[in-house]
Amino acid sequence: MPETAPPPPVPHLLPTLPNALIMTGRSLRLSRRNVDALITALALPVLLLLIFVYFFGGAINTGTDTRYVTYVVPGVLLLCAGFGSSSTAVAVTEDLKGGIVDRFRSLDVGGIAILAGHVLASVARNLLATALVLALAFAIGFRPRATPSAWLAAIALLVAFILALSWLSAAVGLLAKSPEAANGYTFFVSFLPYPSSAFVPTDSMPAWLTAFSDHQPVTPVIDSLRGLLLNQPVGTTPWVALAWCAGILVGAVGSAGVLFRRRVG
Amino acid sequence: MPEAAEATDRAAVTEAAIEATGLTKSYGGTDGTRSPIPVLRGIDLRVPPGTVFALLGPNGAGKTTAVRILATLTEPDAGTARVAGYDIRARRRDVRRAISLTGQFAAVDETQTGAENLRMMARLAGLGRAAARARADELLARFGLSEAADRLVRTYSGGMRRRVDLAAGLVGEPAVIFLDEPTTGLDPRGRRELWDVVGDLAARGTTVFLTTQYLEEADQLADRIAVLHGGVIVAEGTAADLKARMAGHHLDITLTTSDAYLRVRTRIPHATHHDPRTRTLGLPTDGTARHVRALLDELDPTGTDIAHFALRTASLDEVFLTLTASPAPTSDASPPPSPKEPTHA
Ligand SMILES: Nc1ncnc2c1ncn2[C@@H]1O[C@H](COP(=O)(O)OP(=O)(O)O)[C@@H](O)[C@H]1O
Ligand SMILES: [Mg+2]
Repeated sequence: MPETAPPPPVPHLLPTLPNALIMTGRSLRLSRRNVDALITALALPVLLLLIFVYFFGGAINTGTDTRYVTYVVPGVLLLCAGFGSSSTAVAVTEDLKGGIVDRFRSLDVGGIAILAGHVLASVARNLLATALVLALAFAIGFRPRATPSAWLAAIALLVAFILALSWLSAAVGLLAKSPEAANGYTFFVSFLPYPSSAFVPTDSMPAWLTAFSDHQPVTPVIDSLRGLLLNQPVGTTPWVALAWCAGILVGAVGSAGVLFRRRVG
Repeated sequence: MPEAAEATDRAAVTEAAIEATGLTKSYGGTDGTRSPIPVLRGIDLRVPPGTVFALLGPNGAGKTTAVRILATLTEPDAGTARVAGYDIRARRRDVRRAISLTGQFAAVDETQTGAENLRMMARLAGLGRAAARARADELLARFGLSEAADRLVRTYSGGMRRRVDLAAGLVGEPAVIFLDEPTTGLDPRGRRELWDVVGDLAARGTTVFLTTQYLEEADQLADRIAVLHGGVIVAEGTAADLKARMAGHHLDITLTTSDAYLRVRTRIPHATHHDPRTRTLGLPTDGTARHVRALLDELDPTGTDIAHFALRTASLDEVFLTLTASPAPTSDASPPPSPKEPTHA
């Protein structure tokens, strides 16, 4: 009898990492071949940058002597991160539509590994978009004064933000009934950077909105990015931003795990 | 310890590949507002290793539910089952390693090539890069997909898709294969190709558990057939057993004239088939000489109306219709199963 002594169920963390890497390879291939979505993911950030700098830039007074392009680039980066990571939700719902998740599970691939594949691919897509936006920004006059270590810190923070939002998005994908519904979430997350210091200083907003803007996660992330890139004193803001990202990340991974089990059985 | 592992394997093989007792499953009602709808109401199954078993039932009978329970993807409410020698609850991981499931919904990526899909599955099954590549090539060749290996699955025909899907399930060399309605939606040619594949699997000694709505398919592929109806197994056995268990035989009579046809037709309202053009009528019989003679005398007392008769074994379709046309067996405790179609998300 093979099961005289059933061992206690051990959470197998070991195979999760290699599996997650295999799943990331898969998600990257799928992203690369979803040409329409890929073009949107890369073109939209570029368009947004141009719109903010050339359409609105002339009219917005940031209250500093920084050129608007330099002021707004961190905001555009975050806007793109929000938009880009939300496509994770669509990818997750697409998976749930077919039978592939059952196949993965019958190969003993855990939900976290499957989702991590989508999340890591999302991070890769977003970094590509970020690089594109930065290159264009430089071309049109973005002149950060960051030290190499500040650059590193800024990029690390951006990655943490993208990672957290992508996991959140994966959790939303598990809640959504259809890819279309998941798409609706894109809109909500894309909207978050507006009531923040991303595009205009928050003290130019009505008082109630300022209160919201000052206490939502996007603002400390933006302020940190801007401070780091412009070589201004940032104080503890990057830590506040990082704490937000970590909080969202832990909450999102945890709920994604629970939702996956509930949704997939 | 290869010896120890082999001993365990042999122990697993000598018992049934699939053995289920009293599996029950209901859906809904967990929120307390609706009473749960029973889908399976206690099914027992026994599939010897190396055989092909067909679970036959109409749409919504609970076939997918049964398969998902055996494949450890759904928990039964009650009952026990062992698959490949492992308990589906206590040894979930071992069961999963020993089986593969090819469901009704494609479990491969449309925007990966056939080869990429298979290599990915092989890597997930624990093979290294080179081994995964070799395994993928081998499976592609075996399923006649070598030429299409580097094309996106999106460009495949229905039959090719099913085959690549099935191949993807075989990367881990499972001992037991579950195929949930493997030919539903395929054209006759695709269906034929898939039948060949299943035959090939069986020839290699793999245990195959398949579900189908088609009797012809069960008859064609399976060593044993179980008919699922109303949440219970209403009949089980070889195709021949099932035929024998029913009335078993049919008497086909051909009438001399159209008038004779109409006369006799009114005497047998329970004819199982009737065709005025050929002037034939069919009716069930147990096949004994006494019963056949009595029937002929009763229908044609003057001996002038019936021109020919032929006695034949009932077709499986007739058996199936008889089995599932009857109201589902109900127990006092539970309401009859929902007539609703499955609502897959
Ligand atoms: N996850 C589920 N939640 C609620 N009802 C379900 C679920 N899965 C199946 N059912 C119901 O169970 C019944 C049997 O479904 P299924 O096992 O898919 O049948 P079959 O595969 O034989 O067509 C159907 O009435 C279906 O609506
Ligand atoms: Mg089904």
